[in-house]
Amino acid sequence: MHRDTAHLRLRQISVTFGDTTAVAPFDLEVAHNEFVSLVGTSGCGKSTLLNVVAGLIPPTSGTVTLGGHPVGGPGRDRGMVFQKYTLFPWLTAAQNVEFALRDKPDLPRRERRAEALDLLRQVGLGGREDAYPDQLSGGMQQRVAIARALSYRPEVLLMDEPFGALDALTRRVMQDLLTQLWEQHRLTVLFVTHDIEEAVYLSDRVIVMSGTPGQLRREIPIALPRPRNRDLASDERYREACAEAYEEIFTAADTALS
Amino acid sequence: MTNLVGQDRDSTVGLSRPTPRVPRRPGRFRRTASTAASVTSFFVLLGAWWLITELKWVDKLFLPNPAAVLTRLGELASGGELGEDLGVSVYRVGVGFTLATVLALPLGILMGRYRLWAAVFEPVIDFIRYMPVVAFVPLTILWVGTDDGQKFLIIFIGTFFQQVLLFTDNVRHIPQELIDVGRTLGLSHRRILQRIVVRASAPALWDSLRVSLGWAWTWLVVAELVAATSGLGYRITIAQRYLATETIIGYLLVLGLLGLATDQILRRLGALMFRTATPHK
Repeated sequence: MHRDTAHLRLRQISVTFGDTTAVAPFDLEVAHNEFVSLVGTSGCGKSTLLNVVAGLIPPTSGTVTLGGHPVGGPGRDRGMVFQKYTLFPWLTAAQNVEFALRDKPDLPRRERRAEALDLLRQVGLGGREDAYPDQLSGGMQQRVAIARALSYRPEVLLMDEPFGALDALTRRVMQDLLTQLWEQHRLTVLFVTHDIEEAVYLSDRVIVMSGTPGQLRREIPIALPRPRNRDLASDERYREACAEAYEEIFTAADTALS
Repeated sequence: MTNLVGQDRDSTVGLSRPTPRVPRRPGRFRRTASTAASVTSFFVLLGAWWLITELKWVDKLFLPNPAAVLTRLGELASGGELGEDLGVSVYRVGVGFTLATVLALPLGILMGRYRLWAAVFEPVIDFIRYMPVVAFVPLTILWVGTDDGQKFLIIFIGTFFQQVLLFTDNVRHIPQELIDVGRTLGLSHRRILQRIVVRASAPALWDSLRVSLGWAWTWLVVAELVAATSGLGYRITIAQRYLATETIIGYLLVLGLLGLATDQILRRLGALMFRTATPHK
């Protein structure tokens, strides 16, 4: 796979809420088309970090650049998928996707609709475009949320435990969907999760974070072949990567307790 | 584009949905049963009233029997007084309530959304809200006299301040995530307010409107009892003067029915407008 130099770059990002430091100075680089996961126990600052990249939380210090340009507040160059179900309940699935395309002057209403329907088909929701969120299961709602985030073609897709509220089986289906979308759209993804297998399965690189304040513990490159499928579970390298991440997190937890 | 993942897989695999998104619809039996229960409670009340008067536990001067009240209401209706009183009162509530709502709605929304607006207005409004509305009656008579303007003013004072605080609260309760979605989509504050905040809080705002309409009626009748030459409240005062208890009770029933009817209509309208969790496919 062709990769440019760093596309998304975090330099010395720290976040302080009042007296508590949520994230200690943190550096991270994500290349074009790279899939990077941040894993760690809850409270390790991984979601905070993602929110900084999204522009929803201003960093206390440090800079975020995307494609060389500094990132201020939120913007359409970054797409976000949240853990909670964030579809607008008064809009149908298609309208929720169209909502993200409303202010594009070059896109007439009809094409907007066509675009939304196409995206819904891609996330496996063809035929459900007129369903309201309360008529869709949690997994389906997250599919719509992903379609919405992809609709305006952000340069990087930020995902904050997007499958965290789903049951284990649905989560696996969604992971497969995401890898397929990633391969097809050549996405750059920064993914936050506390599920190590999920991170290893999806990523090119797993960043293990720990502690309060959150900091980078270890970077684990995942040199597994793509396209990936569930056969990986028996792959030695997959198991090693998972074990390495687990060990890192548990030793971090031990040092924190001792 | 091809269908990457079969749409049904999720629904067949997701055996346990994370949250019950679709509420259980009451079956036909349950719905009719609950309607029957509601109607029954009215008849029990009516029966108790009838029984008390029939057994002459209370002097009929204080509590006339249902038949007498209905007869009186019939007379007032055919004589035109009832229609006239009702018209005047509905008009006053309509104007007073609309004025209050038109001003309270934008202010409440802004206060719910922006801290500065809340900081400026909330303490003042809270302060005024605790002043008894009744105490404003003499003051408003001094200010504007006893005509319709004074009725509008009392209704306004009685509902506006409460409404603002209700609306503020409604807006504050919309999920932060929905606003964050708007922000990540690059929407301006103004667009977020228009397209997300107002729309997301609309069902709750509508409910607050329903509740506050009830108060508007209360304050109107209070104003009409004290100083008026027409309206439902005025007729009640006159009736008291002539010991016409039937008229008083009859008008109370009219007020109650009017409230019940408007509330039901507004509730239905709200369900129609906001699609409140009633799946239709």
